[in-house]
Amino acid sequence: MVLEEVHPFSKYLRAEMMPHIWCPGCGNGIVLNCFVHALDELKYDMDKLVVVSGIGCIGRTAGYINTDSFHTTHGRALAFATGVKLANPELDVVVISGDGDLFAIGGNHFIHAARRNMGIKVLCANNLNYGMTGGQQGPTTPLESLTTTSPYGSIEHPFNLVHLAAASGSTFVARWTTLHVRRLTQSIKKMMQKKGFCFVEVLAQCPEIYGRYNKMRSGLEMMSWFKRASVVENFSDPSKAEISSDKIPVGEFVDIEKLSYERMLHEKISKINEKAMEKV
Amino acid sequence: MLQKLLTGPHFLNGDLACAEGALLAGCRFFAGYPITPATEIAEHLSQRMPELGGIYVQMEDEIASMAAIIGASYSGLKAMTATSGPGFSLMQENIGLAVMTEAPCVIVDVMRGGPSTGQPTMPGQQDVMQAKWGSHGDYGIIALTPASVQEMFDFTIEAFNLSETYRVPTLLMADEIVGHMWEKVVIPSPEKLKIINRKKPQVPPEKYKAFKPDDDLVPPMACFGEGYHFHATGLTHDESGYPKTSSSEVQSELVNRLCQKIEKNAHKIIRYEKTMLDDAEVAVVAYGIVARAALSAVRKARENGIKAGLLRLITIWPFPTEQVAKVAKQTKGIVVPEMNCGQLVREVERAAKETPVTFISKLGEEPHTPMEILNAIEGVN
Repeated sequence: MVLEEVHPFSKYLRAEMMPHIWCPGCGNGIVLNCFVHALDELKYDMDKLVVVSGIGCIGRTAGYINTDSFHTTHGRALAFATGVKLANPELDVVVISGDGDLFAIGGNHFIHAARRNMGIKVLCANNLNYGMTGGQQGPTTPLESLTTTSPYGSIEHPFNLVHLAAASGSTFVARWTTLHVRRLTQSIKKMMQKKGFCFVEVLAQCPEIYGRYNKMRSGLEMMSWFKRASVVENFSDPSKAEISSDKIPVGEFVDIEKLSYERMLHEKISKINEKAMEKV
Repeated sequence: MLQKLLTGPHFLNGDLACAEGALLAGCRFFAGYPITPATEIAEHLSQRMPELGGIYVQMEDEIASMAAIIGASYSGLKAMTATSGPGFSLMQENIGLAVMTEAPCVIVDVMRGGPSTGQPTMPGQQDVMQAKWGSHGDYGIIALTPASVQEMFDFTIEAFNLSETYRVPTLLMADEIVGHMWEKVVIPSPEKLKIINRKKPQVPPEKYKAFKPDDDLVPPMACFGEGYHFHATGLTHDESGYPKTSSSEVQSELVNRLCQKIEKNAHKIIRYEKTMLDDAEVAVVAYGIVARAALSAVRKARENGIKAGLLRLITIWPFPTEQVAKVAKQTKGIVVPEMNCGQLVREVERAAKETPVTFISKLGEEPHTPMEILNAIEGVN
């Protein structure tokens, strides 16, 4: 008789949704793995968790995690999540999405959710291009990178997401790569315990498309780049955390406390109600 | 209840009446973006929502507003947004998401003159086709057209009830005049109001299929945080809510259901008003503010010895095809006045078949005068 063993993390995932859609060597599985590890280490109450994704490869994550989940239109995950969080502040709302979804089509929603300090946690898999549609240049594509829409080399300056998140008002900002699984898991754990707007960027390899066009044809080659270029610079100046082929500044850059939008809102509501009581 | 909901007679404008109607319907979440001539709804709710423990949030644009109300709806609150033409255009993508994920919510479009920025402070009826066809793909939707401040109040409540019943975004297609006009509104006491809430699952979480419909084609709705651990997506999905994007069977079943849950229940949804139609030889079909001038024109025609009648459409989507066909059968001709270049008249023509239809367009500052409609009635007669 063969003993059937259940993977200790299978309870966090929806078996019906497997196999996943990700390519061999893709970094998204590592991002999902670290997120689930963080939940497990925190003994997370899954009834309180809502995972929201936008469109893109990593956007399928919402469907893979066995909790309340919603897969929105392209770029709108944070706006949707704002409604979820404000309507029920007891819920922990995590947005897991990609660089194109969060910072091109959804860029406006990102800066405003961060500015308001909405109590939402954002886990961004940055694969430096639009993977789902076949590898077009995006808001984080490095200068001179080759993509299917920058065949002569990209002439767009990419966002430094750490700087953008910090400047927009995030209370927690971290960047790791898929190579830094333990430190990434620790940062996700920290993020999950904070109240305000939080942002964790993970540089995730896309060897099938981005790598293939840029002389890193396997996941391993892309991770070798992460290994060679990553420099841990905790709490260094976010404006200097630009990614280049020689240097990927990683670490935790911001960790501050600031009253969240929903906390301020509900304090206001109770004060207004007290006053209304006096009137009655 | 700390700050009481309004009851009794009040002097309000249409935007305020809409806001108060929403509160009475149980709406406790409003997300919006300032836009003339709908801004007063947001302003009023920014004051009133907190008094009732509800949420007002001003988003960065109308795309975000629409997304936020879907999120709030999935968290279990009745949710609304209000806008005008340019904002309504921006909302279309996520109206499609609300259709696909069957999120109950109400969208108020206080119509102004378009296209583009158009005439922010002037009335229009130029968004009525967009209401039905604005988001890509096929779907059923419900749209109501108020013609008075009282109806801004009444139909907002009706819109919430329909939205909760059929799990479909419901549109209140008002116009600048109805939005800004001040009239008496009589607000019934809350216990006399019929308020409908979405049906909840009757099965334990392990048996719950988030998009498995009942006989009325509407699936019961669990909300986030209730332990059901369900998934919803804008992708084509099966009854479990999981994406099935390459199955023609799943696509056909889902999209047909999204259309049919409105079509098959149309007889329960559709509302209209008939005036002097029993023996009418000429009929006017009108909706919104224009219907008031049409009523006056029909009365004048009767004084002049013309047997005229009015079919006032309250529900424009689903379109009351049967009612228009019936009117067409008994009349020599139909007059359709609209504040656009000819939108809903196409539906009237489709339903009227052989009966000739006269369209009168009006663009700009004022709706049709009764005399203009009367002239058209006389033309048919």
